[in-house]
Amino acid sequence: MEYYNTQANDTKLEIFKKMCHIRAFEKQVKKSYDTHDIKCPVYLSIGQEATSATISTIFKPDLIFTQHRGHAYYLSFGGNKDKIIDELLGRDSGCNKGKGGSPGIQDLNIGMIGHHGLIGENVPLAVGATLGDSTKKTLCVFGDGAAEEDYVFTAMAFAQTHKLPILFICEDNDLSILTKKQVRRNWELTDALKAIGMPTANIPDDPELITPYIKEFINKLPAFINCKTCRHLWHVGTGQDGTPQTDRLEEYKQKLLEIGYELEQLQEIEKQKLTEAEVLWRKHLQRQ
Amino acid sequence: MAQTLAETIKEITRKHLEENNGIILGQCLSAVGWVNNTVPDTKNIIELPMTDIAGAGIAAGLAITGRRPIFVIRFQDFMFLNSSTLVNYTAKAKEIFNISVPVFIRALATEGNGTGPVHSAVLHSIFMHMPGFKVCSPMTPGEYTQVWDEFMKSDGPIYVSEHRKSFNQTDEIPDIISPDADITIYGISTARFSAIQAIETLKQEGIKCNFVNILWLKPLDLTEKLTMPLMKSGIGLVVDTDFEIAGASQSIAYELMKKTNKYVEALGAEDRSVGTAQRYENGTPSPEKIITKIKELIEIRKNSNCG
Repeated sequence: MEYYNTQANDTKLEIFKKMCHIRAFEKQVKKSYDTHDIKCPVYLSIGQEATSATISTIFKPDLIFTQHRGHAYYLSFGGNKDKIIDELLGRDSGCNKGKGGSPGIQDLNIGMIGHHGLIGENVPLAVGATLGDSTKKTLCVFGDGAAEEDYVFTAMAFAQTHKLPILFICEDNDLSILTKKQVRRNWELTDALKAIGMPTANIPDDPELITPYIKEFINKLPAFINCKTCRHLWHVGTGQDGTPQTDRLEEYKQKLLEIGYELEQLQEIEKQKLTEAEVLWRKHLQRQ
Repeated sequence: MAQTLAETIKEITRKHLEENNGIILGQCLSAVGWVNNTVPDTKNIIELPMTDIAGAGIAAGLAITGRRPIFVIRFQDFMFLNSSTLVNYTAKAKEIFNISVPVFIRALATEGNGTGPVHSAVLHSIFMHMPGFKVCSPMTPGEYTQVWDEFMKSDGPIYVSEHRKSFNQTDEIPDIISPDADITIYGISTARFSAIQAIETLKQEGIKCNFVNILWLKPLDLTEKLTMPLMKSGIGLVVDTDFEIAGASQSIAYELMKKTNKYVEALGAEDRSVGTAQRYENGTPSPEKIITKIKELIEIRKNSNCG
Protein backbone atom coordinates (compact mmCIF):
# COMPACT_ATOMS: atom_id res chain seq x y z
CA MET A 1 0.00 0.00 0.00
CA GLU A 2 1.45 3.33 -1.00
CA TYR A 3 0.56 5.00 2.25
CA TYR A 4 2.27 2.56 4.55
CA ASN A 5 5.27 3.57 6.59
CA THR A 6 4.44 7.25 6.47
CA GLN A 7 4.50 7.54 10.23
CA ALA A 8 7.55 7.95 12.36
CA ASN A 9 7.91 4.93 14.64
CA ASP A 10 7.33 6.87 17.84
CA THR A 11 4.04 8.14 16.35
CA LYS A 12 2.95 4.59 15.60
CA LEU A 13 3.61 3.60 19.19
CA GLU A 14 1.81 6.67 20.47
CA ILE A 15 -1.28 5.73 18.43
CA PHE A 16 -1.10 2.16 19.71
CA LYS A 17 -0.88 3.39 23.30
CA LYS A 18 -3.91 5.61 22.84
CA MET A 19 -5.90 2.78 21.27
CA CYS A 20 -5.01 0.52 24.19
CA HIS A 21 -5.91 3.24 26.64
CA ILE A 22 -9.36 3.74 25.08
CA ARG A 23 -10.00 -0.02 24.92
CA ALA A 24 -9.01 -0.44 28.57
CA PHE A 25 -11.10 2.52 29.70
CA GLU A 26 -14.16 1.36 27.78
CA LYS A 27 -13.84 -2.13 29.22
CA GLN A 28 -14.10 -0.56 32.65
CA VAL A 29 -17.17 1.39 31.55
CA LYS A 30 -18.70 -1.88 30.36
CA LYS A 31 -17.88 -3.55 33.65
CA SER A 32 -19.44 -0.75 35.70
CA TYR A 33 -22.48 -0.69 33.44
CA ASP A 34 -22.93 -4.44 33.79
CA THR A 35 -22.74 -4.17 37.58
CA HIS A 36 -25.28 -1.28 37.47
CA ASP A 37 -22.85 1.19 38.99
CA ILE A 38 -23.46 3.17 35.79
CA LYS A 39 -27.19 3.75 35.44
CA CYS A 40 -27.30 5.90 32.31
CA PRO A 41 -27.15 4.67 28.70
CA VAL A 42 -23.56 4.34 27.44
CA TYR A 43 -22.24 4.56 23.88
CA LEU A 44 -18.97 2.70 23.78
CA SER A 45 -16.05 3.16 21.40
CA ILE A 46 -14.74 -0.41 21.61
CA GLY A 47 -13.61 -1.36 18.10
CA GLN A 48 -13.59 2.28 16.96
CA GLU A 49 -10.46 3.44 18.78
CA ALA A 50 -8.20 3.99 15.78
CA THR A 51 -9.61 7.17 14.26
CA SER A 52 -9.44 9.39 17.33
CA ALA A 53 -6.11 7.89 18.42
CA THR A 54 -4.61 8.72 15.02
CA ILE A 55 -6.12 12.17 14.50
CA SER A 56 -5.21 13.38 17.99
CA THR A 57 -1.60 12.40 17.43
CA ILE A 58 -1.34 14.63 14.35
CA PHE A 59 -3.99 17.36 14.50
CA LYS A 60 -4.51 19.79 17.39
CA PRO A 61 -7.89 21.45 16.88
CA ASP A 62 -9.08 24.40 18.97
CA LEU A 63 -12.63 23.10 19.04
CA ILE A 64 -13.92 19.53 19.00
CA PHE A 65 -17.54 18.65 18.25
CA THR A 66 -18.27 14.95 18.53
CA GLN A 67 -21.58 13.19 18.93
CA HIS A 68 -22.92 10.50 21.24
CA ARG A 69 -20.08 7.99 20.74
CA GLY A 70 -17.43 10.37 21.92
CA HIS A 71 -15.48 8.69 24.74
CA ALA A 72 -12.59 7.85 22.42
CA TYR A 73 -12.17 11.50 21.37
CA TYR A 74 -12.44 12.77 24.92
CA LEU A 75 -9.70 10.37 26.01
CA SER A 76 -7.49 10.73 22.92
CA PHE A 77 -7.38 14.51 23.20
CA GLY A 78 -6.64 14.41 26.91
CA GLY A 79 -10.01 15.16 28.50
CA ASN A 80 -10.14 14.95 32.28
CA LYS A 81 -10.53 11.25 33.13
CA ASP A 82 -11.89 11.78 36.64
CA LYS A 83 -14.66 13.98 35.30
CA ILE A 84 -15.80 11.56 32.60
CA ILE A 85 -15.95 8.71 35.11
CA ASP A 86 -17.98 10.78 37.55
CA GLU A 87 -20.24 11.95 34.74
CA LEU A 88 -20.99 8.34 33.80
CA LEU A 89 -21.61 7.59 37.48
CA GLY A 90 -24.10 10.48 37.53
CA ARG A 91 -22.24 12.51 40.12
CA ASP A 92 -22.11 16.27 40.71
CA SER A 93 -18.35 16.05 40.20
CA GLY A 94 -18.88 14.86 36.61
CA CYS A 95 -17.98 17.07 33.67
CA ASN A 96 -21.66 18.08 33.35
CA LYS A 97 -22.71 17.30 36.93
CA GLY A 98 -24.35 14.13 35.70
CA LYS A 99 -26.72 16.02 33.42
CA GLY A 100 -25.16 15.12 30.07
CA GLY A 101 -24.21 11.46 30.55
CA SER A 102 -22.27 9.48 27.98
CA PRO A 103 -23.17 11.55 24.86
CA GLY A 104 -22.68 14.86 26.65
CA ILE A 105 -19.10 14.46 27.85
CA GLN A 106 -17.37 17.80 27.57
CA ASP A 107 -14.03 19.31 28.52
CA LEU A 108 -13.54 22.94 27.56
CA ASN A 109 -9.84 22.69 28.45
CA ILE A 110 -9.39 20.62 25.28
CA GLY A 111 -12.06 22.60 23.39
CA MET A 112 -14.49 19.70 23.42
CA ILE A 113 -18.15 20.73 23.40
CA GLY A 114 -20.69 18.27 24.78
CA HIS A 115 -23.27 16.68 22.53
CA HIS A 116 -26.93 16.76 23.47
CA GLY A 117 -27.74 13.46 21.81
CA LEU A 118 -29.34 14.35 18.47
CA ILE A 119 -27.13 12.84 15.81
CA GLY A 120 -25.51 15.23 13.39
CA GLU A 121 -26.67 18.43 15.09
CA ASN A 122 -23.06 18.87 16.17
CA VAL A 123 -22.21 19.53 12.50
CA PRO A 124 -24.05 22.87 12.07
CA LEU A 125 -22.91 23.79 15.58
CA ALA A 126 -19.29 23.18 14.60
CA VAL A 127 -19.79 25.15 11.40
CA GLY A 128 -21.32 28.10 13.27
CA ALA A 129 -18.60 28.11 15.92
CA THR A 130 -15.89 28.14 13.26
CA LEU A 131 -17.68 30.87 11.34
CA GLY A 132 -17.72 32.86 14.58
CA ASP A 133 -13.95 32.66 14.90
CA SER A 134 -12.22 31.28 11.85
CA THR A 135 -8.77 31.76 13.36
CA LYS A 136 -9.61 28.54 15.16
CA LYS A 137 -9.43 25.08 13.65
CA THR A 138 -12.20 22.63 14.39
CA LEU A 139 -12.64 18.88 14.42
CA CYS A 140 -16.17 17.63 13.83
CA VAL A 141 -17.03 13.95 14.14
CA PHE A 142 -20.22 12.08 13.35
CA GLY A 143 -21.40 8.65 12.24
CA ASP A 144 -22.77 7.13 9.04
CA GLY A 145 -26.30 7.51 10.39
CA ALA A 146 -25.82 11.22 11.05
CA ALA A 147 -24.39 11.58 7.54
CA GLU A 148 -27.95 11.05 6.33
CA GLU A 149 -29.49 13.81 8.44
CA ASP A 150 -30.68 16.61 6.15
CA TYR A 151 -28.76 19.33 7.90
CA VAL A 152 -25.38 17.59 7.87
CA PHE A 153 -24.62 17.90 4.16
CA THR A 154 -26.07 21.42 4.12
CA ALA A 155 -23.89 22.54 7.00
CA MET A 156 -20.80 20.97 5.42
CA ALA A 157 -21.61 22.65 2.13
CA PHE A 158 -21.90 25.96 3.99
CA ALA A 159 -18.41 25.31 5.44
CA GLN A 160 -17.18 24.71 1.89
CA THR A 161 -18.80 27.95 0.65
CA HIS A 162 -17.18 29.98 3.44
CA LYS A 163 -13.89 27.99 3.43
CA LEU A 164 -14.08 27.27 7.14
CA PRO A 165 -11.13 25.39 8.67
CA ILE A 166 -12.95 22.25 9.80
CA LEU A 167 -11.84 18.64 9.56
CA PHE A 168 -14.98 16.53 9.25
CA ILE A 169 -14.73 12.86 10.18
CA CYS A 170 -17.38 10.21 9.71
CA GLU A 171 -16.88 7.10 11.79
CA ASP A 172 -18.67 4.80 9.40
CA ASN A 173 -19.48 1.57 11.26
CA ASP A 174 -22.05 0.68 8.60
CA LEU A 175 -24.78 0.51 11.20
CA SER A 176 -27.61 2.71 12.35
CA ILE A 177 -28.54 0.77 15.50
CA LEU A 178 -28.52 -2.50 13.51
CA THR A 179 -29.69 -1.32 10.07
CA LYS A 180 -26.92 -1.59 7.53
CA LYS A 181 -25.96 1.31 5.30
CA GLN A 182 -26.85 -0.49 2.07
CA VAL A 183 -30.43 -0.87 3.28
CA ARG A 184 -30.64 2.86 3.97
CA ARG A 185 -28.94 4.44 0.96
CA ASN A 186 -27.02 3.89 -2.26
CA TRP A 187 -24.67 6.87 -2.06
CA GLU A 188 -21.51 7.90 -0.26
CA LEU A 189 -21.14 11.25 1.45
CA THR A 190 -17.61 11.50 0.07
CA ASP A 191 -18.99 11.50 -3.49
CA ALA A 192 -21.51 14.21 -2.67
CA LEU A 193 -18.87 16.41 -1.07
CA LYS A 194 -16.32 15.78 -3.79
CA ALA A 195 -18.91 17.14 -6.21
CA ILE A 196 -18.93 20.48 -4.39
CA GLY A 197 -15.16 20.67 -4.31
CA MET A 198 -14.31 19.47 -0.83
CA PRO A 199 -11.19 17.29 -0.40
CA THR A 200 -12.41 13.84 0.68
CA ALA A 201 -11.21 10.31 1.39
CA ASN A 202 -13.16 7.12 1.93
CA ILE A 203 -10.85 4.68 3.70
CA PRO A 204 -10.69 1.99 6.39
CA ASP A 205 -9.81 3.24 9.88
CA ASP A 206 -6.26 1.93 9.62
CA PRO A 207 -4.00 4.52 11.30
CA GLU A 208 -1.46 4.22 8.52
CA LEU A 209 -4.08 5.06 5.92
CA ILE A 210 -5.62 7.87 7.92
CA THR A 211 -2.32 9.56 8.76
CA PRO A 212 -1.29 10.85 5.32
CA TYR A 213 -4.77 12.17 4.62
CA ILE A 214 -4.87 14.09 7.89
CA LYS A 215 -1.43 15.55 7.17
CA GLU A 216 -2.52 16.60 3.70
CA PHE A 217 -6.01 17.84 4.57
CA ILE A 218 -5.19 19.98 7.60
CA ASN A 219 -3.60 22.41 5.19
CA LYS A 220 -6.65 22.63 2.95
CA LEU A 221 -9.64 22.67 5.22
CA PRO A 222 -12.52 22.13 5.11
CA ALA A 223 -12.05 18.47 4.31
CA PHE A 224 -13.81 15.21 4.98
CA ILE A 225 -12.65 11.67 5.73
CA ASN A 226 -15.06 8.77 5.90
CA CYS A 227 -13.36 6.14 8.07
CA LYS A 228 -14.83 2.66 7.79
CA THR A 229 -14.76 1.06 11.19
CA CYS A 230 -16.25 -1.81 13.18
CA ARG A 231 -18.32 -1.25 16.30
CA HIS A 232 -17.91 -4.26 18.59
CA LEU A 233 -20.83 -3.71 20.93
CA TRP A 234 -24.42 -2.59 20.56
CA HIS A 235 -25.32 0.95 19.57
CA VAL A 236 -26.14 1.62 23.21
CA GLY A 237 -25.19 -0.44 26.22
CA THR A 238 -22.74 -3.31 26.42
CA GLY A 239 -24.41 -6.13 24.50
CA GLN A 240 -22.73 -7.92 21.62
CA ASP A 241 -24.05 -9.82 18.60
CA GLY A 242 -21.40 -12.42 17.84
CA THR A 243 -17.74 -11.95 17.09
CA PRO A 244 -16.84 -8.61 15.45
CA GLN A 245 -15.82 -8.84 11.80
CA THR A 246 -12.59 -7.01 12.46
CA ASP A 247 -10.59 -5.77 15.40
CA ARG A 248 -8.48 -2.81 14.30
CA LEU A 249 -6.51 -2.79 17.52
CA GLU A 250 -5.44 -6.39 17.02
CA GLU A 251 -4.64 -5.76 13.33
CA TYR A 252 -2.59 -2.69 14.17
CA LYS A 253 -0.69 -4.66 16.76
CA GLN A 254 0.16 -7.29 14.14
CA LYS A 255 1.40 -4.56 11.81
CA LEU A 256 3.64 -3.17 14.50
CA LEU A 257 5.05 -6.64 15.04
CA GLU A 258 5.67 -6.98 11.30
CA ILE A 259 7.76 -3.83 11.25
CA GLY A 260 9.87 -4.94 14.13
CA TYR A 261 8.23 -4.07 17.42
CA GLU A 262 8.64 -6.68 20.14
CA LEU A 263 5.59 -8.61 21.26
CA GLU A 264 6.61 -8.20 24.89
CA GLN A 265 6.74 -4.42 24.55
CA LEU A 266 3.27 -4.24 23.03
CA GLN A 267 1.81 -6.66 25.54
CA GLU A 268 3.37 -4.63 28.33
CA ILE A 269 1.62 -1.49 27.01
CA GLU A 270 -1.73 -3.30 26.86
CA LYS A 271 -1.26 -4.63 30.37
CA GLN A 272 -0.21 -1.26 31.72
CA LYS A 273 -3.25 0.50 30.21
CA LEU A 274 -5.60 -2.14 31.59
CA THR A 275 -4.12 -1.79 35.06
CA GLU A 276 -4.23 2.02 34.96
CA ALA A 277 -7.89 2.01 33.94
CA GLU A 278 -8.79 -0.57 36.55
CA VAL A 279 -7.05 1.34 39.35
CA LEU A 280 -8.66 4.62 38.28
CA TRP A 281 -12.16 3.19 38.09
CA ARG A 282 -11.77 1.34 41.39
CA LYS A 283 -10.76 4.60 43.06
CA HIS A 284 -13.94 6.31 41.81
CA LEU A 285 -16.25 3.39 42.54
CA GLN A 286 -14.97 3.12 46.09
CA ARG A 287 -15.73 6.79 46.64
CA GLN A 288 -19.49 6.15 46.71
CA MET B 1 -39.84 62.83 13.64
CA ALA B 2 -40.05 60.02 16.17
CA GLN B 3 -38.29 56.78 15.34
CA THR B 4 -40.40 53.86 14.21
CA LEU B 5 -40.01 50.35 15.59
CA ALA B 6 -38.45 49.23 12.29
CA GLU B 7 -35.89 52.05 12.48
CA THR B 8 -35.15 51.15 16.09
CA ILE B 9 -34.47 47.52 15.16
CA LYS B 10 -32.22 48.66 12.33
CA GLU B 11 -30.21 50.97 14.58
CA ILE B 12 -29.79 48.40 17.35
CA THR B 13 -28.64 45.92 14.72
CA ARG B 14 -26.24 48.38 13.09
CA LYS B 15 -24.59 49.14 16.40
CA HIS B 16 -24.30 45.45 17.23
CA LEU B 17 -22.73 44.58 13.88
CA GLU B 18 -20.39 47.56 13.69
CA GLU B 19 -19.37 48.06 17.30
CA ASN B 20 -19.82 44.73 19.13
CA ASN B 21 -18.44 42.35 16.51
CA GLY B 22 -21.99 41.02 16.51
CA ILE B 23 -23.43 39.06 13.62
CA ILE B 24 -26.79 38.66 11.92
CA LEU B 25 -27.86 35.67 9.85
CA GLY B 26 -30.93 34.62 7.99
CA GLN B 27 -32.34 34.00 4.55
CA CYS B 28 -32.72 36.79 1.99
CA LEU B 29 -31.65 39.47 4.45
CA SER B 30 -30.32 41.79 1.78
CA ALA B 31 -33.06 41.04 -0.72
CA VAL B 32 -35.94 43.37 -1.53
CA GLY B 33 -36.68 45.56 1.46
CA TRP B 34 -33.96 44.28 3.83
CA VAL B 35 -36.54 42.46 5.98
CA ASN B 36 -39.01 45.32 6.02
CA ASN B 37 -36.15 47.77 6.37
CA THR B 38 -35.02 46.41 9.73
CA VAL B 39 -31.57 45.22 8.58
CA PRO B 40 -28.78 47.74 7.86
CA ASP B 41 -26.44 47.42 4.90
CA THR B 42 -23.19 46.95 6.77
CA LYS B 43 -20.63 44.30 7.78
CA ASN B 44 -21.14 41.00 9.62
CA ILE B 45 -24.22 39.97 7.69
CA ILE B 46 -24.43 36.28 6.84
CA GLU B 47 -26.79 35.32 4.06
CA LEU B 48 -27.82 31.77 4.80
CA PRO B 49 -28.67 29.42 1.97
CA MET B 50 -32.26 28.17 2.13
CA THR B 51 -31.42 25.93 5.03
CA ASP B 52 -33.84 26.24 7.88
CA ILE B 53 -32.60 23.36 9.99
CA ALA B 54 -28.83 23.78 9.60
CA GLY B 55 -29.24 27.56 9.81
CA ALA B 56 -30.45 27.37 13.40
CA GLY B 57 -27.47 25.18 14.29
CA ILE B 58 -25.08 27.64 12.68
CA ALA B 59 -26.67 30.42 14.74
CA ALA B 60 -26.14 28.40 17.91
CA GLY B 61 -22.53 27.68 16.97
CA LEU B 62 -21.92 31.40 16.47
CA ALA B 63 -23.35 32.05 19.91
CA ILE B 64 -20.93 29.58 21.49
CA THR B 65 -18.05 31.75 20.26
CA GLY B 66 -19.55 34.90 21.79
CA ARG B 67 -20.85 36.60 18.66
CA ARG B 68 -24.38 37.05 20.10
CA PRO B 69 -26.07 36.34 16.77
CA ILE B 70 -29.32 37.88 15.63
CA PHE B 71 -31.11 35.03 13.87
CA VAL B 72 -33.85 36.24 11.54
CA ILE B 73 -36.82 34.04 10.73
CA ARG B 74 -38.98 35.93 8.28
CA PHE B 75 -42.12 33.96 9.03
CA GLN B 76 -42.78 32.41 12.41
CA ASP B 77 -44.27 29.33 10.71
CA PHE B 78 -40.70 28.46 9.67
CA MET B 79 -39.86 27.98 13.33
CA PHE B 80 -41.02 24.39 13.11
CA LEU B 81 -38.09 23.66 10.80
CA ASN B 82 -35.69 25.83 12.77
CA SER B 83 -36.66 24.63 16.20
CA SER B 84 -34.65 21.48 16.75
CA THR B 85 -31.25 22.96 17.59
CA LEU B 86 -32.85 25.95 19.28
CA VAL B 87 -35.03 23.83 21.56
CA ASN B 88 -32.69 20.90 22.04
CA TYR B 89 -29.31 22.59 22.32
CA THR B 90 -29.48 26.37 22.50
CA ALA B 91 -32.11 26.56 25.21
CA LYS B 92 -30.67 23.66 27.22
CA ALA B 93 -26.95 24.37 26.95
CA LYS B 94 -26.66 26.59 30.01
CA GLU B 95 -28.44 24.14 32.26
CA ILE B 96 -26.88 20.93 30.95
CA PHE B 97 -23.42 22.01 29.74
CA ASN B 98 -22.93 25.32 31.56
CA ILE B 99 -22.29 26.96 28.18
CA SER B 100 -23.80 30.30 27.21
CA VAL B 101 -25.58 30.17 23.86
CA PRO B 102 -27.30 33.56 23.53
CA VAL B 103 -29.25 33.75 20.27
CA PHE B 104 -31.59 36.67 19.57
CA ILE B 105 -34.34 34.97 17.59
CA ARG B 106 -36.22 37.54 15.53
CA ALA B 107 -39.37 35.63 14.65
CA LEU B 108 -41.45 37.80 12.35
CA ALA B 109 -45.15 37.44 11.72
CA THR B 110 -47.54 38.88 9.25
CA GLU B 111 -51.21 38.38 8.47
CA GLY B 112 -53.82 39.22 5.89
CA ASN B 113 -53.30 39.83 2.16
CA GLY B 114 -53.70 36.14 1.42
CA THR B 115 -50.62 35.05 3.35
CA GLY B 116 -52.40 31.75 3.85
CA PRO B 117 -51.79 28.64 5.95
CA VAL B 118 -48.00 28.66 6.43
CA HIS B 119 -46.91 32.31 6.42
CA SER B 120 -49.35 33.90 8.81
CA ALA B 121 -48.89 32.48 12.30
CA VAL B 122 -47.67 33.90 15.57
CA LEU B 123 -46.11 31.04 17.52
CA HIS B 124 -44.54 32.37 20.69
CA SER B 125 -46.61 30.06 22.88
CA ILE B 126 -44.73 26.95 21.73
CA PHE B 127 -41.48 28.44 22.96
CA MET B 128 -42.98 29.38 26.31
CA HIS B 129 -43.66 25.68 26.70
CA MET B 130 -40.01 24.68 26.32
CA PRO B 131 -37.46 25.20 29.11
CA GLY B 132 -34.62 27.65 28.58
CA PHE B 133 -36.27 30.35 26.47
CA LYS B 134 -37.11 33.89 27.41
CA VAL B 135 -40.11 34.89 25.31
CA CYS B 136 -41.38 38.37 24.55
CA SER B 137 -43.42 40.30 22.03
CA PRO B 138 -42.25 43.93 21.74
CA MET B 139 -44.53 46.26 19.82
CA THR B 140 -42.85 49.64 20.44
CA PRO B 141 -39.36 51.18 20.07
CA GLY B 142 -38.94 51.44 23.85
CA GLU B 143 -39.96 47.85 24.42
CA TYR B 144 -37.59 46.61 21.73
CA THR B 145 -34.69 48.50 23.30
CA GLN B 146 -35.55 46.97 26.66
CA VAL B 147 -35.60 43.49 25.14
CA TRP B 148 -32.23 44.08 23.46
CA ASP B 149 -30.67 45.25 26.72
CA GLU B 150 -31.94 42.09 28.38
CA PHE B 151 -30.46 39.97 25.58
CA MET B 152 -27.03 41.50 26.00
CA LYS B 153 -27.07 40.29 29.62
CA SER B 154 -28.50 36.85 28.83
CA ASP B 155 -26.80 33.45 28.69
CA GLY B 156 -29.47 31.84 26.55
CA PRO B 157 -31.86 32.39 23.66
CA ILE B 158 -34.58 35.02 23.57
CA TYR B 159 -37.58 34.40 21.35
CA VAL B 160 -38.66 37.79 20.06
CA SER B 161 -42.14 37.47 18.60
CA GLU B 162 -42.33 40.35 16.14
CA HIS B 163 -45.23 41.38 13.95
CA ARG B 164 -44.98 43.45 10.80
CA LYS B 165 -48.16 45.29 11.77
CA SER B 166 -46.19 47.03 14.53
CA PHE B 167 -43.16 48.12 12.48
CA ASN B 168 -44.45 51.67 11.93
CA GLN B 169 -45.25 52.14 15.61
CA THR B 170 -43.53 55.23 17.04
CA ASP B 171 -45.28 55.71 20.39
CA GLU B 172 -45.10 53.69 23.57
CA ILE B 173 -48.35 52.06 24.69
CA PRO B 174 -49.32 53.12 28.20
CA ASP B 175 -51.41 50.99 30.56
CA ILE B 176 -54.90 52.35 31.22
CA ILE B 177 -56.00 51.99 34.82
CA SER B 178 -59.12 53.38 36.47
CA PRO B 179 -60.26 52.61 40.01
CA ASP B 180 -63.79 51.72 38.97
CA ALA B 181 -63.09 49.67 35.82
CA ASP B 182 -65.50 46.87 34.94
CA ILE B 183 -62.82 44.55 33.62
CA THR B 184 -59.04 44.33 33.09
CA ILE B 185 -57.76 43.54 29.60
CA TYR B 186 -54.25 42.13 29.20
CA GLY B 187 -52.78 42.57 25.74
CA ILE B 188 -50.10 40.55 23.94
CA SER B 189 -48.56 41.19 20.50
CA THR B 190 -50.76 42.99 17.97
CA ALA B 191 -53.85 42.04 19.96
CA ARG B 192 -52.85 45.06 22.03
CA PHE B 193 -53.74 47.40 19.16
CA SER B 194 -57.18 45.90 18.63
CA ALA B 195 -57.80 45.73 22.38
CA ILE B 196 -57.16 49.46 22.67
CA GLN B 197 -59.62 50.16 19.84
CA ALA B 198 -62.17 47.93 21.56
CA ILE B 199 -61.68 49.75 24.86
CA GLU B 200 -62.20 53.14 23.16
CA THR B 201 -65.48 51.97 21.67
CA LEU B 202 -66.70 50.47 24.95
CA LYS B 203 -65.84 53.67 26.79
CA GLN B 204 -68.39 55.47 24.64
CA GLU B 205 -70.93 52.86 25.72
CA GLY B 206 -70.13 53.46 29.38
CA ILE B 207 -68.06 50.28 29.92
CA LYS B 208 -64.76 51.01 31.61
CA CYS B 209 -61.79 48.75 30.95
CA ASN B 210 -58.33 48.63 32.44
CA PHE B 211 -55.61 47.84 29.93
CA VAL B 212 -52.32 46.21 30.86
CA ASN B 213 -49.47 45.57 28.39
CA ILE B 214 -47.68 42.25 28.56
CA LEU B 215 -44.24 42.45 26.97
CA TRP B 216 -42.54 39.44 28.64
CA LEU B 217 -44.47 36.23 28.28
CA LYS B 218 -41.75 34.16 29.89
CA PRO B 219 -40.62 34.62 32.52
CA LEU B 220 -43.97 36.11 33.45
CA ASP B 221 -43.44 38.53 36.29
CA LEU B 222 -46.73 38.66 38.20
CA THR B 223 -46.07 42.00 39.83
CA GLU B 224 -48.71 44.28 41.30
CA LYS B 225 -48.68 46.15 38.00
CA LEU B 226 -50.40 43.07 36.60
CA THR B 227 -52.43 41.88 39.55
CA MET B 228 -53.72 45.06 41.22
CA PRO B 229 -55.98 46.21 38.36
CA LEU B 230 -57.52 42.74 38.29
CA MET B 231 -58.00 42.69 42.07
CA LYS B 232 -60.05 45.84 41.72
CA SER B 233 -61.99 45.07 38.52
CA GLY B 234 -62.68 41.52 39.64
CA ILE B 235 -62.65 40.04 36.17
CA GLY B 236 -60.08 39.85 33.38
CA LEU B 237 -59.38 38.89 29.79
CA VAL B 238 -56.03 38.07 28.15
CA VAL B 239 -55.96 38.76 24.41
CA ASP B 240 -53.25 37.47 22.10
CA THR B 241 -52.52 37.03 18.40
CA ASP B 242 -51.19 33.47 18.80
CA PHE B 243 -53.61 30.55 18.96
CA GLU B 244 -55.78 30.55 22.05
CA ILE B 245 -55.82 26.79 22.65
CA ALA B 246 -52.94 25.79 24.93
CA GLY B 247 -51.44 29.18 24.15
CA ALA B 248 -49.99 32.23 25.90
CA SER B 249 -53.42 33.76 26.52
CA GLN B 250 -54.77 30.67 28.28
CA SER B 251 -51.58 30.10 30.21
CA ILE B 252 -51.33 33.68 31.46
CA ALA B 253 -55.06 33.78 32.27
CA TYR B 254 -54.50 30.71 34.42
CA GLU B 255 -51.50 32.28 36.19
CA LEU B 256 -53.44 35.47 36.87
CA MET B 257 -56.43 33.54 38.22
CA LYS B 258 -54.21 31.45 40.47
CA LYS B 259 -52.46 34.53 41.80
CA THR B 260 -55.54 36.71 42.37
CA ASN B 261 -58.43 34.26 42.75
CA LYS B 262 -60.31 36.41 40.20
CA TYR B 263 -61.93 35.08 37.05
CA VAL B 264 -59.89 35.51 33.85
CA GLU B 265 -60.58 34.25 30.35
CA ALA B 266 -58.46 34.09 27.19
CA LEU B 267 -58.98 35.18 23.61
CA GLY B 268 -56.60 34.39 20.78
CA ALA B 269 -56.59 33.04 17.25
CA GLU B 270 -59.15 30.33 16.56
CA ASP B 271 -58.30 26.63 16.39
CA ARG B 272 -58.36 26.39 12.58
CA SER B 273 -56.01 26.81 9.63
CA VAL B 274 -55.78 30.04 7.69
CA GLY B 275 -56.97 30.06 4.07
CA THR B 276 -55.74 32.56 1.53
CA ALA B 277 -59.12 34.17 0.72
CA GLN B 278 -60.00 36.99 3.08
CA ARG B 279 -62.96 35.19 4.63
CA TYR B 280 -60.61 32.43 5.88
CA GLU B 281 -58.24 34.70 7.78
CA ASN B 282 -57.55 33.92 11.42
CA GLY B 283 -55.21 36.53 12.82
CA THR B 284 -55.26 39.13 15.53
CA PRO B 285 -58.66 39.12 17.27
CA SER B 286 -60.61 42.08 15.86
CA PRO B 287 -61.86 44.93 18.09
CA GLU B 288 -65.40 43.69 17.43
CA LYS B 289 -64.56 40.21 18.61
CA ILE B 290 -62.88 41.57 21.74
CA ILE B 291 -65.90 43.78 22.45
CA THR B 292 -68.24 40.81 22.20
CA LYS B 293 -66.05 38.82 24.55
CA ILE B 294 -65.79 41.64 27.08
CA LYS B 295 -69.54 42.10 27.14
CA GLU B 296 -70.01 38.36 27.57
CA LEU B 297 -67.64 38.34 30.54
CA ILE B 298 -69.28 41.30 32.20
CA GLU B 299 -72.62 39.52 31.79
CA ILE B 300 -71.18 36.36 33.37
CA ARG B 301 -69.99 38.35 36.32
CA LYS B 302 -73.34 40.02 36.80
CA ASN B 303 -75.08 36.66 36.84
CA SER B 304 -72.62 34.72 38.95
CA ASN B 305 -71.18 37.30 41.31
CA CYS B 306 -67.75 35.94 40.52
CA GLY B 307 -64.88 38.16 41.54
